[in-house]
Amino acid sequence: MTKKALPVATVLVAVLILWYAAAVWLNAPQAEALMDPDQPHGLWAVAQACWSMDRPVLPAPDQIASALIYSVFGFPLSSPRNLLLQAGYTAETTVIGLFFGLILGILLAIGIVHIRTLDRSVMPWVIASQTVPVLAIAPMLVVALGAMGVTGLVPKAAIVAYLTFFPVTVGMVKGFRTPDPLQLDLMHTYSAGEMTIFAKLRWPSAMAFLFPSLKVAVALAVTGAIVAEMPTGAQVGLGARLLAGSYYGQTMMMWSALVMASLLALAGLLAVTLLERGVILLRGGRL
Amino acid sequence: MNGSATGESRAGAQWMMAAAGLLFCTLSRISLRNFGNLPWITAGVALVLVLAGLSLFARGNDRADGMASPVLFGLLMLWLWEMLVVGLHVPFVILPPPSAIALAIGHHLPMLWADFVQTVLHAVLAGYAMGCGSGFLLALAIDRSPFLQRGLTPLGNLISALPIIGIAPIMVMWFGFGWQSKAAVVVLMTVFPMLVNTRAGLASTDAMERDLMQTYAAGYWQTLRHLRLPVAMPMIFNALKLNATLALIGAVVAEFFGTPTRGMGFRISTEAARMNLDIVWATIVVAAVTGCAAFVLIAAIERVVTFWHPSIRGARRS
Amino acid sequence: MDASNPLAGAAVVAENLSIRFGTGDAATLALSDIDLTIGQGDFVSLIGPSGCGKTTLLRAIADLVQPSSGLLRVNGMTPEAARLARAYGYVFQAPALLPWRSVARNVTLPLEIAGMGRAERQAEAERNLALVGLADFARKFPWQLSGGMQQRVSIARALSFKPSLLLMDEPFGALDEITRDGLNLHLHELWASSGLTGVFVTHSIPEAVFLSTHIVVMSLRPGRVVEVIESALPRLRRLEDRETPEFLALSHRVRAALYDGHGHG
Repeated sequence: MTKKALPVATVLVAVLILWYAAAVWLNAPQAEALMDPDQPHGLWAVAQACWSMDRPVLPAPDQIASALIYSVFGFPLSSPRNLLLQAGYTAETTVIGLFFGLILGILLAIGIVHIRTLDRSVMPWVIASQTVPVLAIAPMLVVALGAMGVTGLVPKAAIVAYLTFFPVTVGMVKGFRTPDPLQLDLMHTYSAGEMTIFAKLRWPSAMAFLFPSLKVAVALAVTGAIVAEMPTGAQVGLGARLLAGSYYGQTMMMWSALVMASLLALAGLLAVTLLERGVILLRGGRL
Repeated sequence: MNGSATGESRAGAQWMMAAAGLLFCTLSRISLRNFGNLPWITAGVALVLVLAGLSLFARGNDRADGMASPVLFGLLMLWLWEMLVVGLHVPFVILPPPSAIALAIGHHLPMLWADFVQTVLHAVLAGYAMGCGSGFLLALAIDRSPFLQRGLTPLGNLISALPIIGIAPIMVMWFGFGWQSKAAVVVLMTVFPMLVNTRAGLASTDAMERDLMQTYAAGYWQTLRHLRLPVAMPMIFNALKLNATLALIGAVVAEFFGTPTRGMGFRISTEAARMNLDIVWATIVVAAVTGCAAFVLIAAIERVVTFWHPSIRGARRS
Repeated sequence: MDASNPLAGAAVVAENLSIRFGTGDAATLALSDIDLTIGQGDFVSLIGPSGCGKTTLLRAIADLVQPSSGLLRVNGMTPEAARLARAYGYVFQAPALLPWRSVARNVTLPLEIAGMGRAERQAEAERNLALVGLADFARKFPWQLSGGMQQRVSIARALSFKPSLLLMDEPFGALDEITRDGLNLHLHELWASSGLTGVFVTHSIPEAVFLSTHIVVMSLRPGRVVEVIESALPRLRRLEDRETPEFLALSHRVRAALYDGHGHG
């Protein structure tokens, strides 16, 4: 951990410095246009102007941070302008979709491992479905379900579930198949049934595969939730804020929604990692 | 599995089952218009027959059996979709039947082609090449600096997990409505998975192989060329496959934020708003076929380049 | 140990050689005060319990680990100079063949790295593959060969630089008894007909006795040389010789020395 801390910090500082430099480079034309042409101004004044514009091409990191803080603490939590509330909507979609995607993915994996017909006929399609840009279906699904009178959370969660079931299925099929023939033979010498083998052997060995799949799924889920919020039907969530920011040219709105979305994904990753640590602890130090 | 006699009779039975099942599928679709309960009876028979054929195919072991199962399953799903949508009078705006989607593809071929050119041939190809290329070069560039590796690799991993797609509106603001802004999104989405995978691949030589190169007094570039790059190839191809899907998603979603009046993402969002669901589905079919074709192409190149890898050797032998 | 012929420059000389891994309290002494001379044309086996440092000694000769103190010379050079001069061939515990190169191209790899021309490389590869009896398998890939054949390829590869010194680290440890016998005979004939110097790490007493002119028995923690046993067996041997009283007596002596060394540890 400590071995990584210094290099990571160095890279981050370098990124920040480059960011400020890029902000000057990209914003300078507009910033100079806004400044009083009669007053002589030095390079530092131009830089400062570049870092504090209302609608910069590239906002400075501290601008994004203060915009983020303002959009979280500047409004009551019930106000739709509060970014935390919007992030809450997105998080709700993510979690519910992830939950159903997880259940669906695990059930499908159990079926594929135990029923040969399913393995042979469905597995190729599951793999093929990975190559299809499923996210493109999002706006259509929202519209279609909206036509049926289903609006709000359900279509968005459905998109997230559809996106997340895949890595879970693939990971769990691999996991359920990790027990080697020797271990399976051992279970057979105990005349254990499929149910027992599943509970005592397959499920525990699949744990090592569940968490990596879950991490991929979380990343996909947040992306899916945001894209699902982008079609015109949706009014809430970080995706809607991104879209609104893009319509009205509100740079800061877009950047703060983007950063908030990243924080949400990081929080999800952190939650899965903590869960993983917990399970590792329960199992005496390893998965 | 069984004796050859039973094996042969099973082979005959599965093809007959499948053929009869598909025949009943056709009959039930034709009779769907106005024949009372007849379609549902034939549909029931068809379903039983196809499923029986499927399970028979799944028990076989040769290549034809392996191909037949998923193909049959795909046909069955298409047919079920058609039957349920038409039979249950599902409104067109919710889910058009596959036949309508096929018709839409036929009618709008030039438009779909123009969208394909805009999105795939311009934005995706340019972005994919630049993203994968710069990820690979970046991985090589930091190869000799353990410090930069320790700093960039965890960050690359983290960024790969972020919803980078959200940067699409900003890229559209920067680079305009043309395909360049979509390519920029694709670059950002693909560069980090490539960086992380190439790094992991370059690091995956084992100690004995490194010792071997040292006993030959091999230099850095020689070790890279003869040992580390070939070892890294499977991981690099993993990234290429993953990035193909990411690139399509990135380009399509970026078009939701503004585009000239063509492109697959533009088509999906505008036609969905106009309730022309058949065109939307036709575009999705194009996207799906593109995604699959890219995957198959990359997998084919991978088989040639990494023919020696156990996963490909094993698949060849069976 | 080649006292009878002091004019011949020794292949390997170690004086007061010690190797330590780690630093401070965590440091372990892998080799302690090794004094050893290996003459040109000798075949020397290093034998001892697991962890006695025999592989470490071999790796030090090959410049894969650095001595902590003492002196080590290979053909009169430092190990690094010997490595850069490509003075030795090294055979690992596993074949370590590159799976994306054909058998012939695996054998030519060291020459390619050394910058030799294509035609020359190919001739060399053919010669070396013929030496290990695999001339017909040049176009195959390593994973299409049995384990014993793969290890023979790696020996052919180690002969690429035409080294005067062949270093082998338990090359036949993972093979079955019958394959192992065959390869032992093959290696023995190769050595006897070529004038190579061999340094061979092994766990197996019969293998060490069969192949060696000198057997270096080592002990555990810290690794040190217990005894250097010179073989009185004739230079050229056959597999059947393993049943002779002389062979068995020598085996017994090696075993006794091994147990002796164990007592110290």
